[in-house]
Amino acid sequence: MGAETVHALREVSLEIQRGEYVAIMGPSGSGKSTLMNLLGCLDTPTSGSYELNGTHVSEMDDNQLAEIRNREIGFVFQTFNLLPRSDALRNVELPLIYAGVSAAERRQIALETLSSVGLGDRIHHKPTEMSGGQRQRVAVARALSNKPSILLADEPTGNLDSKTGAEILALFNELSKKGHTIIVVTHEEAVARHARRIIRLLDGLIASDEKTGA
Amino acid sequence: MNFFTELREGLSISWGAIRANKLRSILTTLGIVIGIVTVTLMGTAIEGLNGAFLRSISFIGADVLYVDRMSWFISSEKEWIESLKHPGISLGQVDQLEKQLTLASAIAPSASTQLQVKYDKRHANNVQIIGTTEQFLATSGVSIMEGHFLSELDSDNGRQVCVIGSQVATNLFPRGSALGQKISIGQRPFVVVGVLDKQGTFFGNSLDNEAIIPLTQYLAAFDHSPDLEIRVKVKNLADIENAREELDATMRRIRHLAPEDLDDFSINQQDQFITLFHRVAGTIALIGVFITGLSLFVGGIGIMNIMFVSVAERTREIGIRKAIGAKRRTILLQFLIEAASICLIGGLIGLGIAWPLTLLVQKVLPATMSPLIVGISLLVSLVTGLISGIFPAWRAARMNPVDALRNE
Repeated sequence: MGAETVHALREVSLEIQRGEYVAIMGPSGSGKSTLMNLLGCLDTPTSGSYELNGTHVSEMDDNQLAEIRNREIGFVFQTFNLLPRSDALRNVELPLIYAGVSAAERRQIALETLSSVGLGDRIHHKPTEMSGGQRQRVAVARALSNKPSILLADEPTGNLDSKTGAEILALFNELSKKGHTIIVVTHEEAVARHARRIIRLLDGLIASDEKTGA
Repeated sequence: MNFFTELREGLSISWGAIRANKLRSILTTLGIVIGIVTVTLMGTAIEGLNGAFLRSISFIGADVLYVDRMSWFISSEKEWIESLKHPGISLGQVDQLEKQLTLASAIAPSASTQLQVKYDKRHANNVQIIGTTEQFLATSGVSIMEGHFLSELDSDNGRQVCVIGSQVATNLFPRGSALGQKISIGQRPFVVVGVLDKQGTFFGNSLDNEAIIPLTQYLAAFDHSPDLEIRVKVKNLADIENAREELDATMRRIRHLAPEDLDDFSINQQDQFITLFHRVAGTIALIGVFITGLSLFVGGIGIMNIMFVSVAERTREIGIRKAIGAKRRTILLQFLIEAASICLIGGLIGLGIAWPLTLLVQKVLPATMSPLIVGISLLVSLVTGLISGIFPAWRAARMNPVDALRNE
């Protein structure tokens, strides 16, 4: 409760191109969550600016941010964050509902997206009836259903065993090859190494930004 | 996303939420159920009371003016003492009135008293004996079940005939017809020429315990200088105010009142009863609204409370929805719809409970659960839901997605 203001991020200057597969790494307290919230348009910076796809996001209000998130960002969370009472299909339809897509069309899109992550036969299962890996696939399908500019994953394998974790990362590789822009926030080297670029944060500053051989 | 989709989406989400918490939802609606039962019963009772009253005073007739020595409603002792000085209305005045009134379709003078009526060994007590003319049929709204009413000849010639109310008929002639039988009214014989249809009661007094005889007979037998009441039926109900003025002016002339004198008679009509009744009914309704308002208020607080709980429980869901693109309005609407749905369901349950209770009330009052009351009840429950849901919903809508997602 000190009077001192803590800036989670300072002087971070970053540019990510369409189609890149980027990992953001750093120990806890390094500011990677804050960076993710900013990139995901969940939060706006106290100072500085963020331009996404030619749109200045930094000065937007709540509702405009919601719209941008809906259109441009697909989130994949460590804890999946699916709606527990809705089945897979409905979870995947959710972004489309908020985008105002008609019922028939969104069902079509959701079905396609679910089968593209390998869950075409699980569409009416609720999250509680699925394994962790399957849940995370539903979450990826949900993130992709609105064809966002960025797939933003926060520790996507953190709650999965190593085998299913590897499956999800393989899915990411596949999506990246198809041209999706992917940003993975993680503290695991093994996860980060799948990306083609790794940005390391330390104490709110970018410590390094390098290409990998992946 | 357009409003209609949001509405449908909100409905489906809230339906899921309500079903997921069945017991809680039921307990929460209880307050609203009780409130709506009270609203409905109160409304039904007031409507019933209204209907019962209007029906019971319908015998007075909306288009009939009553000229009496005294007003039906005396509001002060002074007025009472003043009206005691009024001279009675005489038959001569009735005759003059008949000649001078232009807006009246029937004029019937009447006088009444209570006497015992006998037939053979059977008797009926406290029968209202009304002496009047054949015009009474038009001014009083009575109808004949059997036989005929007093004819003009009967009343002009003072024949010893009578028309009896249905209660008198059943009392004296439990078997067989009363027509043509000779009954004794206050020791005098009268032949029954007609029996009236049942009229019901007025403030607990039976209107069917009566016997109508020609006024001339009445005057000769029971009262030589009675205080007459004159019933004036107007030709056209729309014209009743003019008719009243004409009646007033004519009566003043007939009774030789100077312009500065106050009326020494009173013109009464059904309206006065209705006005008085509405004043009483208005007070009852006001108390009713207060009581129902109180129970709905308590119910509404229950809803608000559970909605705050619901919002807190679903903080994470709200965070997910916001992250995925739900706007404030969407979240607000979702929780508003949930609150409104709970209340509407409560309203429907309330109506379901009130319905059989109304049937019970029907045994006492002519109460029906009208579509208007059903509509009002549902509207009230909807509004209660919206009002008690707005604060919790607003709290949900304003949540910061980052904090909401972090919530465990």
